[in-house]
Amino acid sequence: MYKKSAAVYVAGVGVVSAIGNNTAHCLQSLENETAGIGNITSLNTIHKNTLPVAAVQLSNQQLAAVTGLPASASRTALLGMMAAREAWQDAGVSNQTGLRTGFISANSVGGMDKTEDFFASFLKDKNSGRLHDVVNHECGAVTELVADGLGIKNCVTTISTACSSSANSIFFGARLIKHNILDVVVAGGADALTKFTLNGFNTLQILDKEWCQPFDQNRRGLNLGEGAGYLVLVSESVAASIKNKLYCRLSGYSNANDAHHQTASSPEGAGSYAAMKGALELSGLQAKDISYINLHGTGTFNNDISEGTAVQRLFDPHYPKMSSTKAFTGHTLGASGGIEAVFSTLAIKHGIIYPNLRLQTPMQALPFIPETKFQKNIAVDHVLSNSFGFGGNCSSLIFSRI
Amino acid sequence: MKTFIRATGNISPQKTFGQAGLLQELVIQSGNRLRCTEPDYLQYIDAKFIRRMSRIIKMGTAAAMECLQQAGVQNPDAIVMGTAYGCLEDTGIFLKKMVEQNEEMLTPTAFIQSTHNTIGAQIALLLQCHNYNNTFVHRGFSFESALLDAMMLLEENAAATVLAGAADEITDYSHAILSRFGLYKNETISNTELYKNKTKGTIAGEGAAFFLLSNQPSPKDYATLDALHTFYKPAGINEIEQQVQQFLQEQQVALTDIDVLITGNNGDAETDAVYHQLLETIFKNKLAVSYKYLCGEYPTSTAFALWLAASVIKEGNLPAALHTSAASKIRRILIYNHYENIHHSLMLVSAC
Amino acid sequence: MTDLKRQIVEQLNLQHIKPEEIGDDQPLFVEGLGLDSIDALELIVLLQQQYNIKLNNAEDGPKVFQSVRTMAEYIKSHQQA
Repeated sequence: MYKKSAAVYVAGVGVVSAIGNNTAHCLQSLENETAGIGNITSLNTIHKNTLPVAAVQLSNQQLAAVTGLPASASRTALLGMMAAREAWQDAGVSNQTGLRTGFISANSVGGMDKTEDFFASFLKDKNSGRLHDVVNHECGAVTELVADGLGIKNCVTTISTACSSSANSIFFGARLIKHNILDVVVAGGADALTKFTLNGFNTLQILDKEWCQPFDQNRRGLNLGEGAGYLVLVSESVAASIKNKLYCRLSGYSNANDAHHQTASSPEGAGSYAAMKGALELSGLQAKDISYINLHGTGTFNNDISEGTAVQRLFDPHYPKMSSTKAFTGHTLGASGGIEAVFSTLAIKHGIIYPNLRLQTPMQALPFIPETKFQKNIAVDHVLSNSFGFGGNCSSLIFSRI
Repeated sequence: MKTFIRATGNISPQKTFGQAGLLQELVIQSGNRLRCTEPDYLQYIDAKFIRRMSRIIKMGTAAAMECLQQAGVQNPDAIVMGTAYGCLEDTGIFLKKMVEQNEEMLTPTAFIQSTHNTIGAQIALLLQCHNYNNTFVHRGFSFESALLDAMMLLEENAAATVLAGAADEITDYSHAILSRFGLYKNETISNTELYKNKTKGTIAGEGAAFFLLSNQPSPKDYATLDALHTFYKPAGINEIEQQVQQFLQEQQVALTDIDVLITGNNGDAETDAVYHQLLETIFKNKLAVSYKYLCGEYPTSTAFALWLAASVIKEGNLPAALHTSAASKIRRILIYNHYENIHHSLMLVSAC
Repeated sequence: MTDLKRQIVEQLNLQHIKPEEIGDDQPLFVEGLGLDSIDALELIVLLQQQYNIKLNNAEDGPKVFQSVRTMAEYIKSHQQA
């Protein structure tokens, strides 16, 4: 039975990104205003010295040592396990029996980091290339490596809607709780840097050769990043049993499609506007109730003006504080919704606002300016987190103080 | 709340697309790779858009368009689909160029078309549909997850109509790689002989099937999708039996109320053992029809199974070409499938 | 320009158009052939692959790709001897 008014709480968070190997580490970097962007070191690519990326500062061996997955596993699984495990342990519900638990994950290209190595051999000879490298190529196979590692099996699935993937997995998880199908859901996403995505984005000419500057008048594009972010969502009754540890509520969410172009967003940000508006409507909040917007803010010419225009249409004249944390973490694609959801819940818990790094010249077309300094002791009651992707897939989440 | 199946669109290795009758004659193919019987896509998609669509995008889009046309719906309230492999052709093309051209002079089209959500996104683009749009990419649960999402949307009243479907393709590369995993038959047989030899392996299949689901009845409804249940990596045959029985109990349906079972045996001796065991125990004496000899084995084949179940209920009986028939009008079908004994799913489909 | 038209049709997979149907001065983008930003990127690769010309400034794109004639003129003036 579906209960629309059922509250869904965030009981645990876990994250790994270029700015930290866990939640505490990331928070430190956010406060110190230290971005995780740098030269490519791990990928063997011709773009090694031209395209900056935001890579997680752990090798596959190191990730394997912490997570217990084999070092030969896809980096996407390793990163996913790193963050999912942290969230799962943080929630502290694993000791309870009889809870219907799900793992709803997301990624954009599954185990492609291993597949692209396989392909080099396979193309020369159809019988060469290690099968072990492609056995977990599928998006869902990567998810299962983590689900199996956590021992979750009541409901395991994967969403892939480009950059909005893990925002969609989070609210799909929340709906499963509202429908009384599950009691606990670990939801979010992961993505590792791959030559496939690096080259793919490069063909679209939307990568910045310098460190990206989201929402800057002179922005040049995005920097690709990698990482994973997960929330542990729980039902009202589970929340009651762990009262001290709750972070916030997931009070609103929405998924809309821009239906404008395969990769570009409409100038007026139709999809973005619809997603943000839908999330507000569900939460019962007004635009002016939002304390902080974690912008999608990739730093591309197109996204930032499109998203900015949609924000203007919805929020004028009450602009909340806002920033894009992609200036810290790069664009983590399938993981971005999850990582930024973690940052959003932390903003509420700790009363903090993140800066939009490297903003030198505000966009002339927009009547607002993102925050440029880290702030604390702020009353952060409601946070809106945006994730807009290729294929016009736009999703927004709203987190609220309990 | 009931989920009504108002319309379907199915491109498969059989003549299932835009046909007057249900499986009036079977398409027989030889070998371990079944190919879809494809329509003239220009009938469904403007030439201007077709140029940027790979085969699987065309398949998915045409199946979706046919379904919407049948339903008389121009703008569904949501589009949800599942694909386990995504857009393999373009993934292969981009990888090949990346390797052979050493990352130089790569073109964007193949990359854009390779992303898993491209099919769903393309449908939305053609329809100018700004509503909810989601794509699940979870192996043998990809279609089931999409159905679950659709059913939840309908129950929430967040949507009154949902276009739900799945698509998966075989490409030369994918078939070569999957073959190396020993998935397919070594001997050359025709699909109609799939269950004859009790040997290892199955035959590869592909297809794109869409359904227009609604929480409101309409005069043209095929059937209702009453319930859906999935379970992952069951401990053994006992758990499988338990899951099936619990599913039926929750639906307050007895096995005697089921007229036909549609089962996912795929010809592989080892994994088909599950079906054989169930047919000797809880499914004993039930009229059971296998479907994978018609469409082949692939992670989203249950979309074909659902199409078959809904179509059979609409007709009232099994098509003559399947060489099996029920004694009386078929009003309730239970679909049970597993993919590699990892992903198990149950669907209950009834007459309206 | 005949060769160029054929290359454009191939690169952009313009299945429904024959090379000879493209007018020499017909606008390629927005109206006319109705090409978009992704096609522009494809044409940049075409210039590189077929004519070894690198379009250094992507912003020049709209001017260069205005029509088959402007493309041909650009190629002629930039082609290595």
